[in-house]
Formats: sequence, structure tokens, C-alpha cells
Amino acid sequence: MTDQSLAMLLVLATTLFAVGLFGVLVRRGVLLQLIALEVLLAGPALAFIAAGARRGDAQGQAMFVILLVFAAAEVAIGLALYLRLRRCADVSDSDSVSQLRS
Amino acid sequence: MSAMVAIVAGGLAVVAALLAVTSSDAVRSLFALLAALLTLAAAFFALGADFAGALQILIYAGAVAAVFVFVVMTITNSDALRAAEHSRLRRVWPVPAAVAILIVLMVLPALRGAKSSAAVGAAIPVRAVGALLFGPWAVVVELASFLLLAAMLGARHLGRRAPSPPPNEPLQGRDGPS
Repeated sequence: MTDQSLAMLLVLATTLFAVGLFGVLVRRGVLLQLIALEVLLAGPALAFIAAGARRGDAQGQAMFVILLVFAAAEVAIGLALYLRLRRCADVSDSDSVSQLRS
Repeated sequence: MSAMVAIVAGGLAVVAALLAVTSSDAVRSLFALLAALLTLAAAFFALGADFAGALQILIYAGAVAAVFVFVVMTITNSDALRAAEHSRLRRVWPVPAAVAILIVLMVLPALRGAKSSAAVGAAIPVRAVGALLFGPWAVVVELASFLLLAAMLGARHLGRRAPSPPPNEPLQGRDGPS
């Protein structure tokens, strides 16, 4: 892989991150925000893999495995919170819980 | 050549991600997310990261997406809700879009700075990844397992059903004559 293709891949990874960030900011349904968070986390994953492949280093893939664990934990907690929120208060909108205080 | 395949697959992933983020239907959004994850797996395979590609398909597109499907099954999908989501999307998109475009513009100079050098890098065997994860990175793996345990307990705690309240005759009985 040349430097140029690595730069292309890194730009693609940044675009994925930006698209995910756009989704998190623009959506208000909690479920759709979680889907956008998955897209957001896919960007760094692509960056790690591309950099690891460029340098022939296993650390890129190892970091991807760690990132996978983060994403799994985030999805588990996020979806549990979403279901709990819907069962307790019947809202699926993150704006309607912005007044939460302890 | 394989880098070219990876770039094309990454571009397809970006398109699918855009669809996932902008569609107002949860099911459609989920399918677009699945497409993005699978095309990313193709990019990983093309980059020589076989293990990462397999994990991407098995865990991301398999397990995580299945969990999303279970949750999507519980929501009611009415036309009114979809229309509300659509109108809200049309109202608020400019500022987040500006933020996203700004982020992409910040890294675009990297394209110009890259010198086209000789191709380097090779496919990384799974053995090397395992040796790294369970050798020098053992503490990281332990921390990740703590995180997974905490997430599992947290999800279990948040997802439990509250005990149903007893029927309300004790409240009336306690009132007494007044």
C-alpha cells in the first residue's frame, strides 16, 4: 500500500466518523442515535486497520478488537437504557429527557 | 490493487452510512447500517486484516445488529411517527452538516501531503495479533473484560422488570376513620 492510498483510507475513515457525528447530532430518536454511534465507531476502526496494514503491524488489528469490545458494551448499555426509558416514561426521544436531575 | 479495492469498499461504506443516518425509518436505517458494516468488512479483507474482517462480520454484523433487530421489533412504526422524524430531520440538519463537513475538510490536506512512495506492508497473520493481545497487551484485554462484565451487569440491572406493585387495598385500609 502506498502513502497515497493510506491517506485516501484515512480520509474515508474521517468521513465515516463525520457522518456518524452528523447522525448523533441530527437524530432525536434514541435508537437512531445508537445506530449513528455505530457508524461513528466504524470510522476509527477503519483508520486502525488501514494504519496497521500500511506499517505491517499487528497493533492495528489488536486495537480494532478493543474497539469492538467498546462498541459491544456501548450497545448493551444504550439499548438497555432505551428500553428502560420507554417502559418507565414511554419516551423514545432524547430531547424529552434533557431535564433529568439526580 | 488491493488497496484500491479497500478504497472502493470504504466509499460504499460511507454511502451506506449516509443512508443509515438520514433514513427516517428505523428498519431501513438498520439495513443500511448492516450494509455499511459488511462493506467495511470487505475493506478489511482487502487490506489483509482477515481476522478483523471475520470479527466485523461475526460480531458487528452478526451479534450487534441482531440485538438492534430485537429492539426494533418492539417499536411501533406508524406513518405519523415517520413523518414527524422526517420533518425534524429537515429542520435541524444544517448545523450538524456544517460540523461534519468541517471535520472532513480538516483532514483533506493529508491527501496532498502524501508522497506516492513504494508499496509497503503485508498481510498480518492472526498469530501475530494473538501474540500481541495475550502478551504485551494482557492488561488491556483484562480491562476490556472488566468493561464487558460491567456492561453485562448494567444491562441486566437496567433491563430487569420492576416487581409489580401490590394491589392498593393497604392504602385504603391505612387511612382509617377521619
